[in-house]
Amino acid sequence: MKSLKNHLSLVIALFTILFTIQTFVIVNKAITAYEEELKSNYSIVVVSMKKMDIEKFQKLDNSITKMSQIEPDNVLKKLEQDLKKKDIALIKLTLPKFYKLELSIYPTPDQIKSISKNIRRDSSVKRVVDFAKNHDKVYKLLLLFKSVTLVFAFSIFAVTSLLILKEMRIWQFKHTERMAIMALFGAPVWLRSAVLFRLAIVDAIVSSLLVSTTFLILSTDGWINAELKNIGIEIEVFAIFQDGALLFAVAFALSIALASMIVLGHKEEV
Amino acid sequence: MDKVILSQDLTLSYNEDEIIINKANFSINSGSFVFITGASGSGKSTLLKSLYGALNPNSGKLIVGGVEMNGITSKKLNFLRQHLGIVFQDYKLIKEWNIEKNVMLPLIISGYAKDVSEIQVQKLLTHVKLNHQSGKFPLELSGGEQQRVAMARALAHNPILILADEPTGNLDDYSSQVIWNLLEGANTQLKTTVVVVTHHIPENMNVPYQHFRIEYGSVYEVT
Repeated sequence: MKSLKNHLSLVIALFTILFTIQTFVIVNKAITAYEEELKSNYSIVVVSMKKMDIEKFQKLDNSITKMSQIEPDNVLKKLEQDLKKKDIALIKLTLPKFYKLELSIYPTPDQIKSISKNIRRDSSVKRVVDFAKNHDKVYKLLLLFKSVTLVFAFSIFAVTSLLILKEMRIWQFKHTERMAIMALFGAPVWLRSAVLFRLAIVDAIVSSLLVSTTFLILSTDGWINAELKNIGIEIEVFAIFQDGALLFAVAFALSIALASMIVLGHKEEV
Repeated sequence: MDKVILSQDLTLSYNEDEIIINKANFSINSGSFVFITGASGSGKSTLLKSLYGALNPNSGKLIVGGVEMNGITSKKLNFLRQHLGIVFQDYKLIKEWNIEKNVMLPLIISGYAKDVSEIQVQKLLTHVKLNHQSGKFPLELSGGEQQRVAMARALAHNPILILADEPTGNLDDYSSQVIWNLLEGANTQLKTTVVVVTHHIPENMNVPYQHFRIEYGSVYEVT
């Protein structure tokens, strides 16, 4: 019971931090998946007076991955009845070139502005149609959600860090006497602090296991997946090895940092 | 005879304004039993602290167990302390550990094998008549019993030197006698050097001893 109490406060604090981190990871995954879907449907249309190629466009902006020329044939077909073939060929020659550009990313509204500006740097480009006004509302909502989650995560992190700091002081108080006695008998620093590090590592393992289990249960439960499918997103809510390792690494780093602070801050008292 | 402690012009103080021990010159031979006495606040415990490296000498020279204490490194200090047995008035037992583990502490630090340590601890607990209480925790024992545990811990690793700071200060007459007997036994049977800081030297000591007294910062031998 006493041992459980020793662990509980740090485990709860670490659990809160890890839960927030994993929530942020899920939001990020959802946005990335949605971006992928939007990216395949998004393109920019460029009107140029000269012939362009993909290298030229990539020099203007390196997020451009694919270029295809839009042939004006469909438009000219409508004119075939009223104009001679010779005139149509002449028009075709004087018409500007139309290009459809695909990007490596799904751009944010700011990125769209920047890409358009970059393309316009070429003097032969007469017009860039970026469809910024049609930018996806769900995506904007997701970006807003991501920002809110990030702010929320930082707030949680700040508050929980204060809790950990308090816990650290209690640990320091609890262990100072033991460490001082061990020092009197010539125990090296690593041996004096072994208990603290063991406690820290155990708490890191316990808290990351608890959070992993929670998200595993949530990922197998249909509710989250159904909600995400509703907005066209399919993601792995919790990737055992990848996310589990990330959670453990964060918990481990935090708790070891905590134990190290205690050890470094410890002054021998006799 | 080898000198286990050598002090030459040793000066100790906690701050520059107040010198506690002023240019003390004394030596303690290996295998001897030594009392250091003096009035309260005379600097007895301060001198003892310097012997186990909890206080650095301000000036002069201090050698303990062949180790120079002036500017001692933490590695050397740990090495020295692994060869000392220290007994305090307030026992300094680890409350979260049972009696057996408390006695085992110096053996754990020195890296003894677990089975060897367990045999040694049982032997010592039998010696201090606490073998039936090995599973208990310090706060479940009386003051006298706790000091016997501290004595067993001090003897566990066969130290070259036992330093005791008023070891009977908190004990009744019976428990005090038990502790004196244990210290005498360590000195006569194991040939361990014993240095005891105390207010009063017991009248019925069975071993020859040296007596140093501290007055007004000076350390002198009482003959």
